[in-house]
Amino acid sequence: MTATDNRTETLVIEPQQAQGNGVLPSRPLNHAEHRAYYGVLPAPDRLPLGELASMIGHAGVRGRGGAGFPLYRKLVSVSGAARARRIAPAIVANGCEGEPASHKDKHLLWLAPHLVLDGLVLLGRELRATRAVLAVEAGAPNGRGDLVRRLREALNERDVRQDGVRIELAEVPGRFIAGESAALVSTLDGGPGLPPYSELSVRESGVGGAPTLVQNVETVAQVALIARYGPDWFRDYGTAAEPGPQLFTVYSGRQRPRVVHSAAGAALAPLIADAGPIDAVLVGGYHGSWIPAPLARHARLTEADLGAPLGAGLIAALPADRCGLAETAHIVRYLALESAGQCGPCLNGLPRIAAALEQLADPHQAARDRGLLERIERWCGMVEGRGLCHHPDGSVRLVRSALMTFRTEIAAHHAGQCTGGDRRPLLPAPARELVH
Amino acid sequence: MRDNAPRDLSVDWAACQGHGLCAELLPDHITLDDWGYPIVSGPLSPAAAKRARRAVADCPALALKLRAAEQQVTIRSNPAAARSAHRG
Ligand SMILES: Cc1cc2nc3c(=O)[nH]c(=O)nc-3n(C[C@H](O)[C@H](O)[C@H](O)COP(=O)(O)O)c2cc1C
Ligand code: SF4
Ligand code: SF4
Repeated sequence: MTATDNRTETLVIEPQQAQGNGVLPSRPLNHAEHRAYYGVLPAPDRLPLGELASMIGHAGVRGRGGAGFPLYRKLVSVSGAARARRIAPAIVANGCEGEPASHKDKHLLWLAPHLVLDGLVLLGRELRATRAVLAVEAGAPNGRGDLVRRLREALNERDVRQDGVRIELAEVPGRFIAGESAALVSTLDGGPGLPPYSELSVRESGVGGAPTLVQNVETVAQVALIARYGPDWFRDYGTAAEPGPQLFTVYSGRQRPRVVHSAAGAALAPLIADAGPIDAVLVGGYHGSWIPAPLARHARLTEADLGAPLGAGLIAALPADRCGLAETAHIVRYLALESAGQCGPCLNGLPRIAAALEQLADPHQAARDRGLLERIERWCGMVEGRGLCHHPDGSVRLVRSALMTFRTEIAAHHAGQCTGGDRRPLLPAPARELVH
Repeated sequence: MRDNAPRDLSVDWAACQGHGLCAELLPDHITLDDWGYPIVSGPLSPAAAKRARRAVADCPALALKLRAAEQQVTIRSNPAAARSAHRG
């Protein structure tokens, strides 16, 4: 993102559960403090090969970067590819957090960098990886200082001989798609940072052609906790389907965004208690889904209750005086500009969808053009699944959920009326210079 | 790859220029969207295999690909797999 985004705000951590050992500290920890706080990392002889993988499988860890894919299955396919192709694998902790509304990854890296480094070390040992990379946004501000510098300091505190894994820090451009796994691999290999066409997945052939495990930094940190406290500790949090503690970035009322430590199964309402009357809640992220207020009031944080995945953990309450269509148009315009612009359907479709949403958000224009909805739906079908990454699919999910959730608003706009008076955008969508 | 192995058509979206030639050569398998980019439908019938190879060879951008059907599980440009929204 550009330098002027709202990451300059102070974030507060709120443990929602009875204190377990996994809760983030209230201030940044150096390595010695980290070991005192979380306990020492189990030595390699205490964790024989295969043991960590089976703990991860038992714990049921799912990725926290958005897709919620089971970590165990990715571990198995990366190590399988490494064996089949006789190439030592690489691992990448994805701390790009390209989504401007999300803060949880930078928050985690700021307060407990050694948790992520521990996780990389453990996964590196388990996979016998020859490369381990921590990727973060170049010059990422975190409101309280320079995150990249802090991570360098943390890396300098590590004892590489004891770790058995040397971790590289990579700075990647602040773009929404920079953190997409294939785009990230391209950047790390000195390429253009765009997902390439490939018959092989990143797991089969990623960094430098090596089978590569790309995991969100929160997922990597969870590995470090499971190695210490065990899979049963992990399963004490959350639900059977979505186990483990999770970090959420929460927008509620006039508050600054907060990072909240919670878990699936917790009630949603208390997280957004200070929001006042609301119209809807955005769940998951900019590739996530709008949930109508009546549902949000009683829902628990589970995919089943919400009818939408928790994704990358964004929860944003839209106040009742805001227009959900205007908010969605604002986000989708941003997503269209963040398209890498290399795939025809994404390049052509997303800007058209954004423009039509902007018209739909304006009661004067919506009243004149009754065909808007139909066109948006048509274009959604046309971009979905037709790109080199899932950016179009995620964007379409957001748009479709808006068309469902804001049905009443759409009807009002078509009649030339708007129910939400305040049209200022709630969520950040930093403008970026157009490069073509 | 064996010649009679099941194949699927896929598109390198970064390379495809929307020429639409492929839709002319394979009208029963490829139609064009509002902007001229190919929409590939269904698995390739054995009868179409030869014309498909021709379309692949003739694509001016070398964007049309034939690949082993089972490779489709590795997502990318496959709508059904994409809907499961797996991004890893
Ligand atoms: C457009 C786009 C942007 C993404 N950005 C990020 C990101 O900033 N951070 C991240 O962890 N994952 C991001 N992802 C998901 C990654 O591709 C990948 O699935 C993830 O890093 C895997 O880690 P996990 O399984 O631990 O979630 C993005 C995906 C897409 C399609
Ligand atoms: S689908 Fe869109 S964002 Fe993804 S690589 Fe293609 S143009 Fe870029
Ligand atoms: S012929 Fe090639 S470039 Fe033209 S539309 Fe078909 S795939 Fe795209």
